[in-house]
Amino acid sequence: MTGIVELEIPARPDYLSLARLVVAAAASIEPSFRDERIDDLRIAVSEATTNAIEAHADLSGDDRIVIRCDLGDDRIEVEVRDRGPGFDPADVVPPPDITAPNRLEVERGLGLPLMRVLADEAEIRSSPDGTAVRLVVYHTPASS
Amino acid sequence: VQLDLDVSRRGDWVVLSVRGDLDLATAPALRQRVASLVADGERRVALDLGALDFLDSVGLGMVVACLKRVRHVDGELFVASDEDRIRRVFELTGLADAVGLVSSVDERVGEAR
Repeated sequence: MTGIVELEIPARPDYLSLARLVVAAAASIEPSFRDERIDDLRIAVSEATTNAIEAHADLSGDDRIVIRCDLGDDRIEVEVRDRGPGFDPADVVPPPDITAPNRLEVERGLGLPLMRVLADEAEIRSSPDGTAVRLVVYHTPASS
Repeated sequence: VQLDLDVSRRGDWVVLSVRGDLDLATAPALRQRVASLVADGERRVALDLGALDFLDSVGLGMVVACLKRVRHVDGELFVASDEDRIRRVFELTGLADAVGLVSSVDERVGEAR
């Protein structure tokens, strides 16, 4: 089954759970999508949408975020677009190594690495006019 | 947006059971509750995530913040969950050992029952 589902939400934290709900429900239309993969997708979408909401944190007005799901035969592709000020993904400081003694000093900054681990593909395009994060999750793990 | 926080007691541990979704919208409520437990003199806090539906990196970061808050007063905090989808987030970020992740509150404080 293929199709497009698009959701537009206010850039506010209380809409985050709605974004996850809609994307997970859209993915569930395809019965071959394994539950563990949908769990991965929910987290990856939550990370991307959290970043989008936070990109709007300092902006006033009725900012909105667009979440577009492209349902494919063997995968779902989700794009999360915001109109925040953008950032350079290369400038994001990676969290300390998991064995580092200062590991617990990190309370934030785990979102991008987690998103990249959970999604089969994660691509970030950012400009001063906004950021688009494209996530691809296959119905079954790519490795199996 | 729903996050339910229930406090119970097990021996000299206070058990904070967290239900719902722990994310950007709800994480501040967890920080507030742990801070108030510490302010009330609690020094041994068990964070029971066994009935938590969802956890992302913001929720995870807040758990770490709570751990540090309790340690700041020489207290102890551990996290319990037997849900794979919750445990996985701790494991993928390498924080499972750091937060003392166990399968259940009983596993750590069973003897205090």
